[in-house]
Amino acid sequence: MTILIDSDTKAIVQGITGNQGSFHTKLMLDYGTRIVAGVTPGKGGLKVEGVPVYDTVNEALDEHEADASIIFVPAPVVRDAVLEAIGSGLKLVVIITEAVPMKDAMEFLWEAKRSSVRIIGPNTPGVITPNECKLGIMPSHVFKKGKVGVVSRSGTLTYEVSAGLTQSGLGQSTCLGLGGDALVGLTFVEALEMFKNDRETDAVALIGEIGGNAEELAAEYIKTTGYAKPVVAYVVGRSAPAGKRMGHAGAIIMGRSGTAESKIKAFESVGVDIAEMPNDVARILRERLE
Amino acid sequence: MKLFEHEAKALGVNFNLPLPRSSLTSTADEAREAAKKLGKTCVIKAQVPVSGRGKAGGIRFASTPEEAYQIAKMLLGGDVKGEKISKLLVEERIPSKKELYLGLTVDRSKLCYSMLASTEGGVDIEEVSEKTPQKIVRRDINPLSGLREYEAREIALKLGYTGRQLLELASIILKVYRIAVACDGELVETNPLIETPEGEFVAADLRILIDDSSLFRHPELQKRVMEITEELKTLEMKAGEKRLAYIELEGEIGVVGNGAGLVMATLDMIKQYGGKPANFCDIGGGASSERVSDAIEIVLSNEKVKILLVNILGGITRCDEVAKGILAVRERIGVIKPMVIRLFGTNDEVGRRMLVEAGIESFDSMENAAKKAVELASKG
Repeated sequence: MTILIDSDTKAIVQGITGNQGSFHTKLMLDYGTRIVAGVTPGKGGLKVEGVPVYDTVNEALDEHEADASIIFVPAPVVRDAVLEAIGSGLKLVVIITEAVPMKDAMEFLWEAKRSSVRIIGPNTPGVITPNECKLGIMPSHVFKKGKVGVVSRSGTLTYEVSAGLTQSGLGQSTCLGLGGDALVGLTFVEALEMFKNDRETDAVALIGEIGGNAEELAAEYIKTTGYAKPVVAYVVGRSAPAGKRMGHAGAIIMGRSGTAESKIKAFESVGVDIAEMPNDVARILRERLE
Repeated sequence: MKLFEHEAKALGVNFNLPLPRSSLTSTADEAREAAKKLGKTCVIKAQVPVSGRGKAGGIRFASTPEEAYQIAKMLLGGDVKGEKISKLLVEERIPSKKELYLGLTVDRSKLCYSMLASTEGGVDIEEVSEKTPQKIVRRDINPLSGLREYEAREIALKLGYTGRQLLELASIILKVYRIAVACDGELVETNPLIETPEGEFVAADLRILIDDSSLFRHPELQKRVMEITEELKTLEMKAGEKRLAYIELEGEIGVVGNGAGLVMATLDMIKQYGGKPANFCDIGGGASSERVSDAIEIVLSNEKVKILLVNILGGITRCDEVAKGILAVRERIGVIKPMVIRLFGTNDEVGRRMLVEAGIESFDSMENAAKKAVELASKG
């Protein structure tokens, strides 16, 4: 058992005929992910990498069994694609597309909550359970099956930290990106809760960044639950100026809120180890797990 | 995207928000005429997209048209907090009994709009919320149903208003919400919202921030972004045209990397080793060699940059493609500033070999590359 996805997970790809969609469908299939169908309105009947394409999600689900959807459609139509996935009864939706309008995100994220659907992203690299399933766009060669759960707000930084965990022999149980947009579905708290109950996970690496207060809420959760597994936090953006969006739509210090200092302080105050550099994550976790 | 006050107020007019009478002027003569027309004490407000204009001297009062002329002459062409003043809003001065705050913001943890209201307006609202949070009324808005009229009345009541004033204020609260929904506002804020001695409400200031991710459905605003780009070609804007995320900082080590988180980590690391980053520049995933060249060219055109640090973790991005871009730009602009390159991941060996053959030092660890860049920068 791992969290969110495993070798039994079957998924559809919304936006499968686009550049990104078809490219990553191939890479996910190569990794062994069970992509059973694709959806692009108006392109029903085509095949992409041998995967049948349908016009609607419902039609795809009439023909194939699936648990999850991964979305690559352009930002202006993400709202509709997510609502379609929710309406069709899928319970896990991964949104790769970045810079989704906040008003749209509010709507589908509340709709998802009402229908008990888990949303990961928008602007996420996805989820990977090494050797089992990859529902995302991450370079699979940096991951190796192991014991550390990784949850992050950044893509490349996840790869950087994961490469360190792989090199040190610790490996990863499941890695997931929460997404770089300002409004995203799955939170650090929910990810920590899942890792807590996962027998494959012995420790958690948490990678945060400036903007919002998701890290502060995670620290609060760790304190109130007396979280039993070791957690190492790495927070970036200490040198970021206020009021500027640092690449991610969500990485912005507004007035005095959302600073890296506040997040690091919150973690330190509840006894979470702080990594100063990406490589410290693996080093600290090795010490903790010995 | 920040709207200018006059643009925000033009939007407010469409929603029947009660606003002061005003005119937009770009010369001192126009300002005098505008003041004459208003016929009483007026406020002259520099049109710059920054908050805290008042304290910085961007808002002044004139009791005669002549005074308005003098003030306009002084302000135009000057700046407020580094932003050039090219337009002034000349506005009637609204007599005030009380200054309120009303703001619609996006709550990132609750994933919805949140209406904040307070009778302690006219000052920095963050300060009010830190020192006296009980003086702020807060209402989260369900995005599936929107702000209901009764909810707006409840907010007005909590602020202590009754009778005709309660209805008046509730209608203003609803209008602020409707403006945000119509224009994809990330923030719609009136501070101060003035209560006059007669008991009327007037939005003396109106600040609107549009969600950048929504600009595709607001072509008129997107067009304005383009127009400004033509006027003032800063490096940030040039980078924006090439769809590179670039932010200028104070230091001398130029930075290019792939992925927002990785670049932020690079800046932090430079600081940690005692150096100062000159910029943030993210080329994103799967960049072509041209994109790498463009990014390096923009970063190096900042004169403060003494040394360049490129940090690439190859996934979809291929390190040989990055190396190709580095060599191409060196050829194109004849780079003489030293470069430190970190390549790790997809095709890194090929990429590093290409660089070594051209005499450029490269690393596989980010820490070592950052350390080297700081060392070289300190030698000057």
